[in-house]
Amino acid sequence: MTQMIKIALASTVLLTSLNAGEIIKGSGASFPYSVYQKWLKAYNKESGVRVDYIKKGSSKGIKDAKARAVDFAGTDKPLSPKVLRKNGLLQFPGVVGAITMGYNVPGVDGLKLSRSAIVAIADGSITHWDDALIAKENANVKLPHEKLTFVHRADGSGTTYNFTYYLSKVSKKWRKSFGAKKSLSWPGDHHIGGKTNSGVAALLKQTEYSVGYIDYADAKNNDITMATVENREGNFIVPTLKSFQTAAAKASLDPKKDFYAVIADPKGAESYPMVAATFILIPSEKAKTNKDVTKFIDWCYVNGQDIAMGLGFVPLPDSLTAKIRAYWDAKGIK
Amino acid sequence: MEKIFQKLSISSATLVFVILIGIFITLFIAAKPAIDEFGFDFIVNPDWNKEVVVEITDTQIAVEDLSDQGNEIIDEDDMEITDEDDIIEDEDEVMFDEDEEGTLTTTIYGGLVPIVGTLLTTLIALAFALPIAMGIAVFLAEIAPKNISHIVGIAIELLAAIPSIIFGMWGLYYFAPIVADLVGGYQVSLLTAGLVLGVMILPFMAAITRDSMNTTPGVLKESAYALGATKFEVIKDIIFPYSRTGIIGSIILALGRALGETMAVAFLIGSIFVLPSAINDPTISIPVAMANNFGEASGLGESALFYLALILFVISFAVISIAKFYFLKKAH
Repeated sequence: MTQMIKIALASTVLLTSLNAGEIIKGSGASFPYSVYQKWLKAYNKESGVRVDYIKKGSSKGIKDAKARAVDFAGTDKPLSPKVLRKNGLLQFPGVVGAITMGYNVPGVDGLKLSRSAIVAIADGSITHWDDALIAKENANVKLPHEKLTFVHRADGSGTTYNFTYYLSKVSKKWRKSFGAKKSLSWPGDHHIGGKTNSGVAALLKQTEYSVGYIDYADAKNNDITMATVENREGNFIVPTLKSFQTAAAKASLDPKKDFYAVIADPKGAESYPMVAATFILIPSEKAKTNKDVTKFIDWCYVNGQDIAMGLGFVPLPDSLTAKIRAYWDAKGIK
Repeated sequence: MEKIFQKLSISSATLVFVILIGIFITLFIAAKPAIDEFGFDFIVNPDWNKEVVVEITDTQIAVEDLSDQGNEIIDEDDMEITDEDDIIEDEDEVMFDEDEEGTLTTTIYGGLVPIVGTLLTTLIALAFALPIAMGIAVFLAEIAPKNISHIVGIAIELLAAIPSIIFGMWGLYYFAPIVADLVGGYQVSLLTAGLVLGVMILPFMAAITRDSMNTTPGVLKESAYALGATKFEVIKDIIFPYSRTGIIGSIILALGRALGETMAVAFLIGSIFVLPSAINDPTISIPVAMANNFGEASGLGESALFYLALILFVISFAVISIAKFYFLKKAH
């Protein structure tokens, strides 16, 4: 009996230690989780290497990376080169996603939202749908005099961070009073919070006369009507993969600064404004595991484009992936 | 053998105490920064995660400089964490205006909204579930024929076994629209959350009450019937007084579950830090605030969440001990 227990114990220890050598562990941001999850499955099929990614949120991902609890961490908020150096971390972008303004107003199609209208919706100053700020851009649509309900994320999230970052870039007033945050107590008295993106999607679908920010993938999967949004140049851009790609190509992500930049509200006449890059952090001293990580990410850049687009994300443009490879080379982790 | 058995059972009992005190101490230590910062005002302050502009006078700056030197290492780590919520600077835009130089903002946290939300949802749930649970229990224990009572009993136990996330999804997709149609207002609200919570605690109350009613000795009931009592009189005057302890026990258990329920309520309460002015307004409860914000919390925000946890701990403890001591003493 004891013999058997010993054998069983020994073999489990042996098995886990064998496996441990091949598992690449990651944790962090939930925004790109669906993409990473499909990428690592496809990579596992192709190469046999097991990659794990646990969604804990950006803050916990950053903490894990600092504590060296994982081989790589995902974060929606990039760290500044100074913080990276202090903690011995390296950083590069993983994938680009987009946030849309989903709405549910019976009888209204092709809603256009200007930059100031989006800010006014978020800060609660628009209370009814026929508000002049919305009506101005929608002359051909009959807007009802109904109470507007703003739907937002209840839980802390990278989506909220990227949306409020966009608002901060568009409006000085917003920047001063709220700033960019992963969760905040929203102003106004006609808003409700949904848990996770699916929760927001459900609320948007079930609550008439509602509007809210939601990532493109969830909006598409739930058949939520998305508003056309004014960009930096004053053009109204329909949220499509193509307009996201145009925006991503304009983003100024610089390897010299460890790609430290939030890409919201980019230049370009055809760029969709509410785009967001999500980043990967790796500890600089683990040269061997880092090579495994970059091999996995590189495989995803090359082979994961269809997967990303299928989920409503934008693969990084070739010009950018070339820069990232050079960055890896320079840091000796390719 | 006898001794070992005795020791084992004693250590099991002490383990409960050790864990309880351990949790309390951990919560207290983690909540300490928020307790120091906000004190008891936390309980009555309705503002959560609100930026407040602090005007700094010269003396204050001097004091801060001094304290900075004292615990530089700790402060540096803190700074970094609060940094994570800050806007990063962009090359093509200066993110901060010059006129902000003289001002500094701090974030304040107050727990009034989640505390009120927790108490109100629990109250609604209890008010909804109590009469129905008593009805079920009386029906099962006294009125229903044996085979029907058996089937309904199984159904109730099954209801108790449903994971709370399923109640949350069911509530959000099917129950919330019905509630909104009936009473108006938002689909996710205090009322929706309270009612679904009521459905969740129903089986506990019903099952335990039924069991304690079943312990009423047959002799007592038969003597009452022999004296000419009706069924209603027997239930009212014999069964209820006899099983009072069990009924209160079931309410206490249900209260404990309702106070701490997280997942289902998170989907249904609307999760906004605003005091409800009507029963169909959205608000937030303590467990929901913690579940929603823990993943991305850091620094003082995380500590404030622990403060909330501590308050929930104390509330549950207080409610349950009051119920236990007051009602049970009365019962004996």
